[in-house]
Amino acid sequence: MADPVLSVEHLRTEFRIGGAWHPAVDDVSFVLAPGETLALVGESGCGKSVTALSVMGLVPSPQGRIAGGRIVLEGRALVGLPEPALERLRGARMAMIFQEPMTSLNPVMTIGAQVAEAMMVHQGLSRRQAEAKALAVLDEVKIPSPARRFHEYPHQFSGGMRQRVMIAMALACEPAVLLADEPTTALDVTIQAQVLGLLADLKQRHGMAVLFITHNLGVVAQIADRVAVMYAGQIVEEGPVTAIFSRPAHPYTRALFAAIPRMDRDAQDLAAIAGRVPSLDAMPTGCRFASRCPQAQVGCERPQVLAPLDEAHVARCHVATAVRGNWHQAD
Amino acid sequence: MIFYIIRRLLAAIPTLLAVLTLVFLIVRVVPGDPAIAILGDRATPDGIAALHAKLGLDKPIWQQYVDFIGQSLSGDFGRSMVTGRPILTDVGAVLPHTIDLTLASLIVGTVIGVPVGIWAALHRNRFIDYTARLLSLIGLSFPVFVSGIFILLLFALHWRLFPVIGNARLDDPVDRLDKLVLPAATLGLVMAAYITRVTRSAMLSVLGEDYIRTARAKGVPWRRVVWRHALRNAAMPVVTVVGLYIGILIGNSVLTEIVFNRPGLGKIIVGALNQRDYTMLQGLMVIYCFLIVVVNLITDLTYGLIDPRVKQ
Ligand SMILES: Nc1ncnc2c1ncn2[C@@H]1O[C@H](COP(=O)(O)OP(=O)(O)O)[C@@H](O)[C@H]1O
Ligand SMILES: [Mg+2]
Repeated sequence: MADPVLSVEHLRTEFRIGGAWHPAVDDVSFVLAPGETLALVGESGCGKSVTALSVMGLVPSPQGRIAGGRIVLEGRALVGLPEPALERLRGARMAMIFQEPMTSLNPVMTIGAQVAEAMMVHQGLSRRQAEAKALAVLDEVKIPSPARRFHEYPHQFSGGMRQRVMIAMALACEPAVLLADEPTTALDVTIQAQVLGLLADLKQRHGMAVLFITHNLGVVAQIADRVAVMYAGQIVEEGPVTAIFSRPAHPYTRALFAAIPRMDRDAQDLAAIAGRVPSLDAMPTGCRFASRCPQAQVGCERPQVLAPLDEAHVARCHVATAVRGNWHQAD
Repeated sequence: MIFYIIRRLLAAIPTLLAVLTLVFLIVRVVPGDPAIAILGDRATPDGIAALHAKLGLDKPIWQQYVDFIGQSLSGDFGRSMVTGRPILTDVGAVLPHTIDLTLASLIVGTVIGVPVGIWAALHRNRFIDYTARLLSLIGLSFPVFVSGIFILLLFALHWRLFPVIGNARLDDPVDRLDKLVLPAATLGLVMAAYITRVTRSAMLSVLGEDYIRTARAKGVPWRRVVWRHALRNAAMPVVTVVGLYIGILIGNSVLTEIVFNRPGLGKIIVGALNQRDYTMLQGLMVIYCFLIVVVNLITDLTYGLIDPRVKQ
């Protein structure tokens, strides 16, 4: 594999709750090869956003902190880098799209100014030059009549259009890595499909690596090369998209598949996973999914490790990884 | 923007009518006959009837209302019962003093309060923030007559930098400014305390907004995030408070005017109360309402300049 553009090693990000620090992201590692898309999947509250914010160096302080691990972007270690150095990389080499298009744009600045800003800051362009380029980017994300809409404000845009503006802002400086944090979750289903299509298209054209965060496994197949499933701050399964879809191993991954809304099933059949993600200050020492797992058994009370199932396919479940041999026979 | 201005102007008309109606009602529902209150011990049936006729209280109520609204809107606020002079003349004579004091303390309050508030917000829960919060608490808890007398003792009597008596000649700018400094500082410091608090909390809430995170994710340097992204959004609540406070200031400058012996609206109100100058009070209320409506209008227009969403 080519040198990764982004590698995250043993990342641990903590929040302070009631005077003590608790990890929201616990020993998370993954790599992104150039041009590759890794989907990070998991229910809400599993630590997906915190993982992305850690990469960007935007963990809210003082209540949050990166307590350990390494993040390497194009050969540069990010953890511990002083703020001005991080500012030069954010928006230039790595960019992030957020989940809430309605609140993520500045209400008192024009769309054009917000898209042009990154180019003025990073590429030292004059306002004129930056605005000309911003117009081109708005056109590229397929905003109709961009020259007119350039001078409009966010409240004059629909949710889908705002998310296109967010994408334009993220792409403006041609970053090597795009962190897309549930970019379509807040949108209508038809708009979701359009924005996903746009992202896939732009990724091809610009050759960026994408960390695509979602809680919906259903959208993953269209866009991802590999999938990492996250639960309660840990990666519980990771592998190529085909392996995850054909042979999901971790009971949590399978539960996520069962929860995908499907056209050919009635809504009431939809198997939402019973129970809730344990809270940060009440993490069990053993398997974090055990309390909700239909296959919980002896051994689950011990800490679980990521073990190989297959080539490039790993899972954090002693039950799933113990039957590894059988799987090979079945193949 | 033009349409927005026209809309706000039109919207001010019903507001004005409503407050005028309120003034009319307040004056009429106050228990007791104003004529008896005015004449006091000297009240004879003839005297009361004559006064009713003079005040127009003998007319039917709807006629009184129509007259009152009509006269108020045409700028006729009546005459003082005590001096017989038109109220507008008396008010006009002191209004420049009141406006001087209001604007000057507003400037003092903003120039101190906005930067200190921003500074405190940017250093939340650190020494600077605690100091700013403590000072603004002190500024708010000292009554104006205490801080005013203190300032007067220090700067006028001890160091003799500024005059003690505040009756400035309006045609002499130097004299006017000289006598404005201490009262404006007194009232301005209270205003600064308010504005510091509002600016700090507005800034803190804006800094927690998603679009600030977006700006940081673009790699915008922190300084520029504060100036370009946060400040303008934080300005809305500050403008609101300043607008409200100007209204209070116009009425509440009484204490400052007394301490510094300045002419002004506040003193006229007190005088009219003492002398039971019923027509004067009604006229003052009307003028006060006009001023408030104008201040609100200016506040609304400022909103329009700050926030594009307001103009929709
Ligand atoms: N600013 C914060 N302060 C305290 N806890 C936080 C903060 N942000 C996130 N968390 C906690 O971290 C955990 C992971 O959150 P997040 O990464 O937002 O989940 P998601 O997978 O839905 O994106 C949650 O338990 C959440 O409560
Ligand atoms: Mg999230």
